[in-house]
Amino acid sequence: MVVKKQERESLIHERYLRHHKKFPHVWCAGCGIGIVMGAIVRAVDAVGLSNDEVAMISGIGCSGRMPVYVDFNTMHTTHGRALAFATGLKMVRPEMKVIVVMGDGDALAIGGNHFIHAARRNIGLTAIIINNNVYGMTGGQYSPTTPTHAYATTAPYGNIEQPFPICQLAQAAGAAFVARSTVYHARELSRFIAQAIQKEGFSVVEAVSYCHTTYGRINKLGSAVEMMRHLKDKGVTQKTFEALAEEERADKIVRGVFVDRDIPEYTRLYDEIIARAQQTVANGRTA
Amino acid sequence: MTGKLMQGDEACAEGAIAAGCRFFAGYPITPATDIAEVLARRLPQVGGKFIQMEDEIASMAAVIGASVGGAKAMTATSGPGFSLMQENIGYAAMAEIPCVVVDVQRAGPSTGLPTKPSQGDVMQSRWGTHGDHPIIVLSPSSVRETFDFTVRAFNMAEKYRTPVILLMDEMIGHMREKVELPSPEAIEVVERVSTSVPPEWYKAYENTPSDVPPMISFGQGYRYHITGLFHDERGFPTQRLDEIDPWIARVFRKIERNLRDILIYEADEIEDAEIVVIAYGATARSARHAVKQARARGYRVGFLRLGTLWPFPEEVVERAAERIHRVIVPEMNLGQLALEVERVVGRRKVMRVGKANGEMVTPQEVLDAIVRGVSAWL
Repeated sequence: MVVKKQERESLIHERYLRHHKKFPHVWCAGCGIGIVMGAIVRAVDAVGLSNDEVAMISGIGCSGRMPVYVDFNTMHTTHGRALAFATGLKMVRPEMKVIVVMGDGDALAIGGNHFIHAARRNIGLTAIIINNNVYGMTGGQYSPTTPTHAYATTAPYGNIEQPFPICQLAQAAGAAFVARSTVYHARELSRFIAQAIQKEGFSVVEAVSYCHTTYGRINKLGSAVEMMRHLKDKGVTQKTFEALAEEERADKIVRGVFVDRDIPEYTRLYDEIIARAQQTVANGRTA
Repeated sequence: MTGKLMQGDEACAEGAIAAGCRFFAGYPITPATDIAEVLARRLPQVGGKFIQMEDEIASMAAVIGASVGGAKAMTATSGPGFSLMQENIGYAAMAEIPCVVVDVQRAGPSTGLPTKPSQGDVMQSRWGTHGDHPIIVLSPSSVRETFDFTVRAFNMAEKYRTPVILLMDEMIGHMREKVELPSPEAIEVVERVSTSVPPEWYKAYENTPSDVPPMISFGQGYRYHITGLFHDERGFPTQRLDEIDPWIARVFRKIERNLRDILIYEADEIEDAEIVVIAYGATARSARHAVKQARARGYRVGFLRLGTLWPFPEEVVERAAERIHRVIVPEMNLGQLALEVERVVGRRKVMRVGKANGEMVTPQEVLDAIVRGVSAWL
């Protein structure tokens, strides 16, 4: 049976969202988080996963509310700790696809340690970091990805800190898959998320978004539409970026898959540990 | 089975295996590291999993994640790490996730005396995480009892869907005793309550008659939501008082109505006593010795040893102290459990024998208190 594109989309939302129970959502009108949620469920659908196979784990913040709306096994954990909760779950349920949704403050400030160590272990989780450069839910405080010189409610004279480059951090820490796209490039974002979910190992997708309610207002960046247009104009592919002159590169958001490497996944390696330990017992040694 | 020389920490690890624990996440810390080391070796032998996390915060989080996945799960730490775990212990209490947290107490605050015993975390084990919540805390006094209490901690965690804290101390953790472990058939192991209702009927936080709603693991076809926010019966966030209040009432009720199962204590020669010594953990060993000596000298001294510290066994203590003039509470802190005893029996009856310098309370110190207690009242 050929399903028309529009019908298929409606089926996706019927199938993956807790539509009749939990909407309207808590996010501000014009927010990019809903686009990321749409990209995730389309990716899950494209990969062909059943709802039961998927767990979505979040931390605290605007992104933390996403699991309420999706019809998976969902857990809204404590601030910054989503990856650590997910690590425990993945270890005892390695067959499940565990998607961890975090914001920039959640993943990189309070949860920064868990982020680099999950990447170092290369445990098979998919980390989706929605980067809006600010703490949105608490009202616009500077985050680990707020650009230097930008303003925030806690940086009233300008931010003097450097932002974390999320993808480079993930790469250096050992992630198997690292990609970035934006909420304007929703289909590409969904494609990257699908690749990430299928990757065996720790996969990271940075979804560049915006917060027009706090960051945009404080920095006079205009409405949600204008901030979205900024992503459209500044979001370039790696190829385009490389062709640019040095002075044109500064304000660009590079999109693409930066890392896709095959490294042994943690739970698989642990299965070998179990085999080794049980062999030791069978051999009558106590290790 | 013949006896075996064993440390408290080892007995804890073996008790966990016997109770069905199949997941451990932890971070090295004296004097609890031995538990992690034994389990790193033992868990994969029985098909379980061990992970050394990046810190104690992550350890506690991973334990909860594993429990949600269906494994009986545990972590072990000491004071500084226990402090770091508190936020996620609160999460486990709020989300009603079974798990066992072992705290092998060392002298504090802060880094304190890492290799010296303490009972300084009695109040932290009760109130370390923010907000009102029920908790179960057990404190063993011997190596063999550490094994037994670890099993019971898992049983209570699973039966009542709650975090359970095993409050050991450095003395019990590192002491070697000859123990005879029970055969596997002789160990009662409890599994969490499950259900076979169709997924669409399942409510993870239903107000059931038993007050303990069945818990189904993630990945079993029962998709539901877990959160640290106040939630409705299906687990979704709520701010409605008619959903919050029943939840609070239920989680306290599920503990209070099962005190007969939860409260572990041992009362000795209380009936004719004029003085009673109430002790727990390693200090109970000194106290028991002192009580014996005092009895031999003709003092009518009773002994009450508490295995369960929280919920505080109010009625047990009240009954023991009913016709008694003096209650002596020796402990390796400056009177944390004594505060509770005072609350129950009245401040004027209680003599504290407290020490927080990393030294054990000696039998002589307890004996002196008994003698002082008798003469003060004569």
